[in-house]
Amino acid sequence: MDTINLVKRSLPRRNRNQIILKGLGASAIIFAFLMLIILISSLATSGYKALTQTHIEFSVYVDPAKIKPERLPRGNFKGVLQDSIFVHHEGELSKSERKQLAKILSNGAQFELRDRVVSDSSLVGQSITLKVPTSDPYDQLNKNLIDRQTEEEFRRLKDNEIAWFDSLDGKGLISKPLNWGLIFNTDSRFPELAGLRGALIGSFWALLVCFLISFPLGIGAAIYLEEFATKNKFSNFIEVNINNLAAVPSVVFGLLALAVFIGWLGLPRSAPLVGGMALALMTMPTIIIATRAALKAVPPSIREAALGVGASRQQVVFGHVLPLAMPGILTGTIIGLAQALGETAPLLLIGMNAFITSAPGTPLDTSTALPTQIFIWADSPERGFVSRASAAILVLLALLITMNALAIYLRNKFERTW
Amino acid sequence: MTILAFALLIFFASLGCIINHRSAVSLRNSRLRLASITLYHGLFSLFLVFIPILILILLWLVLQNPLLELYLLRSVLVEYLAGANKGETDLMLAEIRSIASGTIFGQPEEWKLAAGEQLAALQDLFSKLLVFTIAVLALILIFVARYKVRPEFRARQNVERIVTWLMIACSVVAIFTTLGIIASLMVETGRFFSLVPITEFLFGLNWEPQIPMREDQVAAEGAFGWIPVFTGTLVITAVALFLSVPVGLMSAIYLNEFANHRVRSISKPVLEILAGVPTIVYGFFAILVVTPAFRSFGDAVGIEVSPNTALAAGGVMGIMLIPFISSFTDDALSAVPKSLRDGSLALGATPSETMLKVLFPAAIPGIVGGILLAVSRAIGETMIVVMAAGLIAKFTINPLDSVTTVTVQIVTLLIGDTSFDNPKTLAAFALGMMLFIVTLIINIFALRIVQKYREIYD
Repeated sequence: MDTINLVKRSLPRRNRNQIILKGLGASAIIFAFLMLIILISSLATSGYKALTQTHIEFSVYVDPAKIKPERLPRGNFKGVLQDSIFVHHEGELSKSERKQLAKILSNGAQFELRDRVVSDSSLVGQSITLKVPTSDPYDQLNKNLIDRQTEEEFRRLKDNEIAWFDSLDGKGLISKPLNWGLIFNTDSRFPELAGLRGALIGSFWALLVCFLISFPLGIGAAIYLEEFATKNKFSNFIEVNINNLAAVPSVVFGLLALAVFIGWLGLPRSAPLVGGMALALMTMPTIIIATRAALKAVPPSIREAALGVGASRQQVVFGHVLPLAMPGILTGTIIGLAQALGETAPLLLIGMNAFITSAPGTPLDTSTALPTQIFIWADSPERGFVSRASAAILVLLALLITMNALAIYLRNKFERTW
Repeated sequence: MTILAFALLIFFASLGCIINHRSAVSLRNSRLRLASITLYHGLFSLFLVFIPILILILLWLVLQNPLLELYLLRSVLVEYLAGANKGETDLMLAEIRSIASGTIFGQPEEWKLAAGEQLAALQDLFSKLLVFTIAVLALILIFVARYKVRPEFRARQNVERIVTWLMIACSVVAIFTTLGIIASLMVETGRFFSLVPITEFLFGLNWEPQIPMREDQVAAEGAFGWIPVFTGTLVITAVALFLSVPVGLMSAIYLNEFANHRVRSISKPVLEILAGVPTIVYGFFAILVVTPAFRSFGDAVGIEVSPNTALAAGGVMGIMLIPFISSFTDDALSAVPKSLRDGSLALGATPSETMLKVLFPAAIPGIVGGILLAVSRAIGETMIVVMAAGLIAKFTINPLDSVTTVTVQIVTLLIGDTSFDNPKTLAAFALGMMLFIVTLIINIFALRIVQKYREIYD
């Protein structure tokens, strides 16, 4: 009787404790959810603005007095552009005002005009329509990132510049199309012109090198350790090594690449080849572990059947076990490559954070990679680069999601349960 | 030329394979009984050609330019380089190299142009020599392999022996990677300690690596005591654990004991996404959202928060570590035998009592192992702290202050121009060495705990 009363009396307290623990657990999960939502939404709100780019469209009279066909590609393209844009300005302008208001055009505008005129010199003397990005401050203004209520002296654009922009906008010359330049342009000092082409191609080369090295080496090592190695000190030592490599900080791999590949072997700095080699060493443990798990999952009956009809051990593995384990191996490899794609620190150490305005043609050319490009832009003082960096992160995350979705698809489609 | 070399490699290897396969087939067709099936005769030739030539090409590519440059230094350039130190020599070589590859900046001296031309001519000659060597060697090897095709030749056994050695070679790469890490760190750290005394590095309380690059430059003396850098790392790690351990543990307990199937099936992928986000994204998130939030909060309540507060970097790192700790805890809890749980519930304990008094204590070793691995990750984590933590080493444990970490210093010391004869660069390797040692010890310790614990219940 006494015990039962004791239990009964303590029950409310114990149930309360249960609820508290449950509540704490649920709130921990909710906290993790919340963090993910804040992370994604803050990146999206700051990044989506870079998905469009303010352009200005106006007709340009290619003045033969300023651009002479026989002197191409030289010519006063800047002057021609200014003359054409100030057609839309009412009232007289002083020289300094002209200089100030001409800055609405991106620095790339003159080069676009030059390229068009050089490719077709009959344009000299005619009027052509040109659609070029505006410079970064006007882009920010158009996206409401510059507060018009701020006092003039603290504002990046002065009153007359805003009025000038509004008058052009009123004439329908300003538009905000999708920013394809973000993907197809290479890096630039001017945020409105900077794009990811060089970084994407650099990352592609690095990942290709990484795959070509880590995939065969990883599978070879995994098959040996899982199927052939006798349990002795040597194979044990290899396993300890692989497990430790999987936990070595990535920056240490960067130090290794810098000292060995660049310092001792004399490979070029900032090259995707070296980056890919460093990433391959990091990805290999992941591939080995995934391959071993996939090999282990193939039931012994397959092996025994093959051995029973007279196959050698290698014929069993390469002819029967490996093909059956392939979906699992590919899934692990893609996940490993996705990790390598987001890896930044080793690439920074081998100098893939250089400012490079051309896309690499071969893995030996200097280049940036997607994550290092994000790092460069995030570090830049110009405001336009912040939203570029967010947009670049969105591109990176989109690539990662695609790769992981591919891995999940492969797993679901080809995985067999025995 | 490299592409041609690899194309030749593939061409000759497949040629050998086809020749051997054909001749084995013709032997079989003439009613001879072969010891191995024809396929293995082809593969034997393939491996015999492929492996030596691949090694030849790789060695050639690595050694060609250093050897040619050494030759130039010893012969033509001797008179111009008399008295030049290593840095000047490297600069000179770099210029000659770029002349040889066809890019000429400004007006180089006559002899540099001549040397560049000579280097280009030598490179051309050596490339041709490489192709020639490949062709000769390949033909010899194909001939040798073809000669081996006999009915009694045990091609399969030979091929399998080669494949076994190839697989062993693949496994040994892991050992060589570890050796490479240790060797590179040791060599550069050794050079660092020949410039800076080891006692100063290990016990010094000042870290000011801004040393003069040139004789006449005005800069600080330079101090290389790693203690403030390491304490900074510890502060940020502590902040990260302070957030991630409770949240990770609680979410694992909830998922393991209380959550129904639906909650589990949603929560697990969410945690996996958090784990899969690249660290540079977390770093950018820290400077974009978290730091300003802490600053404005500090302003509102009247506490001074430094612009690179350790709270921001550590907090974001904590978010990164939540899934890590959660999945380790979940595994450890699931590994506890069902009989323990059933026994406890049968005695009338509530699920929460079962969890806290039975399952959790039984899972402690696995959880501690997981937390230790998280600590080693936090210490080695780079991008979050490079973007969100400070650059100046301050000897403090105040998380509101700005601190720097080992990884931040490694990256900032090595970004930009790096010459290997400068204590500033070499200091990064010394820090890398310490980082490697510390994380290695923690990892080995953690893996031990996790493994030992697994053995108890298995």
